[in-house]
Amino acid sequence: MSWYKRTEKGIVTPTEQKLEVPDGLWHQCSHCKKIMQAEEHAHSNYVCPECGFHDRIGSKEYFEILFDGNNFTEIYPNIRSADPLKFIDTQPYPARINSSMKKTGLNDAVRAAYGKMNEISVVIACMDFKFIGGSMGSVVGEKIARAIDVARKKKYPFIMISKSGGARMMEAGFSLMQMAKTAARLALLDKDGIPYISVLTDPTTGGVTASYAMLGDFNVAEPGALIGFAGPRVIRETIGKDLPEGFQSAEFLLEHGFLDFIVDRREMKSKLSVLLGMLKS
Amino acid sequence: MVYLDFEKPIAELESKLADMQQMAKETNVDVSKEVKSLEEKIKELKKETYSNLTGWQRVQLSRHPDRPYTLDYIEGMASQFIELHGDRNVRDDKAMVGGFAKIDDTTVMIIGHQKGRKTKERQMRNFGMANPEGYRKALRLMKLAEKFKKPIVTLIDTPGAFPGLEAEERGQAEAIARNLREMFMLKVPVICIIIGEGASGGALGIAIGDKVFMLENTWYSVISPESCSSILWRSWDHKEQAAEALKLTAQDMLKNKLIDGIIKEPLGGAHNDPQRMYAELKKVILNNIAELELIKPKDRINQRIEKFSSMGVFLE
Ligand SMILES: [Zn+2]
Repeated sequence: MSWYKRTEKGIVTPTEQKLEVPDGLWHQCSHCKKIMQAEEHAHSNYVCPECGFHDRIGSKEYFEILFDGNNFTEIYPNIRSADPLKFIDTQPYPARINSSMKKTGLNDAVRAAYGKMNEISVVIACMDFKFIGGSMGSVVGEKIARAIDVARKKKYPFIMISKSGGARMMEAGFSLMQMAKTAARLALLDKDGIPYISVLTDPTTGGVTASYAMLGDFNVAEPGALIGFAGPRVIRETIGKDLPEGFQSAEFLLEHGFLDFIVDRREMKSKLSVLLGMLKS
Repeated sequence: MVYLDFEKPIAELESKLADMQQMAKETNVDVSKEVKSLEEKIKELKKETYSNLTGWQRVQLSRHPDRPYTLDYIEGMASQFIELHGDRNVRDDKAMVGGFAKIDDTTVMIIGHQKGRKTKERQMRNFGMANPEGYRKALRLMKLAEKFKKPIVTLIDTPGAFPGLEAEERGQAEAIARNLREMFMLKVPVICIIIGEGASGGALGIAIGDKVFMLENTWYSVISPESCSSILWRSWDHKEQAAEALKLTAQDMLKNKLIDGIIKEPLGGAHNDPQRMYAELKKVILNNIAELELIKPKDRINQRIEKFSSMGVFLE
């Protein structure tokens, strides 16, 4: 906060700019409140160098972090949501999709691509939470299924980065069956003996956790990520008690035996590469 | 007999009929003509009521307190049944039951969610909400069926997988996810039938089958209408609207090719004539097992995967 005051006194700029400039160039850690250059923050993979807090990022950033030289070929980038149920709640589903597409520049809540990660060919699918809460509808299920098909055909390891509130209610039954569809493809991948690393990031809940996110040969998570089946609010209402500190955190899941390890995002590329390197024949 | 709100007009006529019969008995007056006409009227009203049910009314019927549950169906269909307990790990989940059953000459593994009828039993069965050990018990029994080459029948009736503290600790999500993947690879025929409520992952966790059926008055979706209402409308008051929007009835699910068929219920619902319901379900199960057994295991698995893979609507 003191930093703001200083600039206000020192530099005279139009009001709009004054608001925008710190936003673009500077980043304040939402956890420890430290202010740093945005570039520095991006350089440490959007992890606070001070306290290690992992900021939520999307497919664009993960692809940049994991693919060598940010080189990759995207798999079916143009698949978009339909409205099979003509779903209307407080607004029609297509309106929700369109405004989300406009706001995020994304076609839906997952992107998939193949390329090299430290010289190892991999297929990576990554969810985008900012697209309707990373919810899983037909597009998410289909794109993941096709990404797995590519992994099977090319015999590349498959890495799935999950970040989702769960099902997309506006696709109801169709959304539910995406759990089945993705699990079916993973059964085939498993039979083929191709490695599957599931990376669970903040937050991963609901139907996504209860399908592909928990089915990795290796289930790994970022520190502090919220991971669960039911959301904390629902559990609190069910048991009528406050939840213990750290409940449903990545550390909690590691402790209870559902994760292989927790990986700092700054180490993710090297650690996953080392692991996949060991599996190579 | 418990009547639902939309069944009140039927209830009134039926009580009028009962009064009439009682009076006739006491006074020895011949009212057979009136009785017959009233009976006709009730039949007509029932037909009219039950052929125009809304999504929400189906949800209400699916939860009817007199509706048969998994163990009722087993007792009604099987001549022998050996219940098998436990996940060999934590405990025996009483919200999920299963075992080998003999239906006519066929041995099947029947697994299903189990609800309770009286307060104490309902608590013991955790209202049909299984914990991870329930899903793990189900998978253990399915593998046992596979080992002995017996077909599997699952009966789905749950308001959801239990959203509790220990359920999370013991990996509710992992248990369900594993079942989905493993059920695709089962070498024996798998028939899944929604007999009441089919809520979300808790239902799907035992519902990956070569054939998936819904009884006429059941629902199957990604969320209950109440929860959907509270999330999308931020209030519980839109449950009827949510029930319509979710397209959760058997007819809608069949139209959208998300299930393979609908099994008819007696007029007014399964609880109105349980014996007929058991007979009907038994027929469907035996016919489908016979059909599925003609297919080679490998092809059956491929078809199962193919079917679920085709589910989804998108633009490209
Ligand atoms: Zn910090």
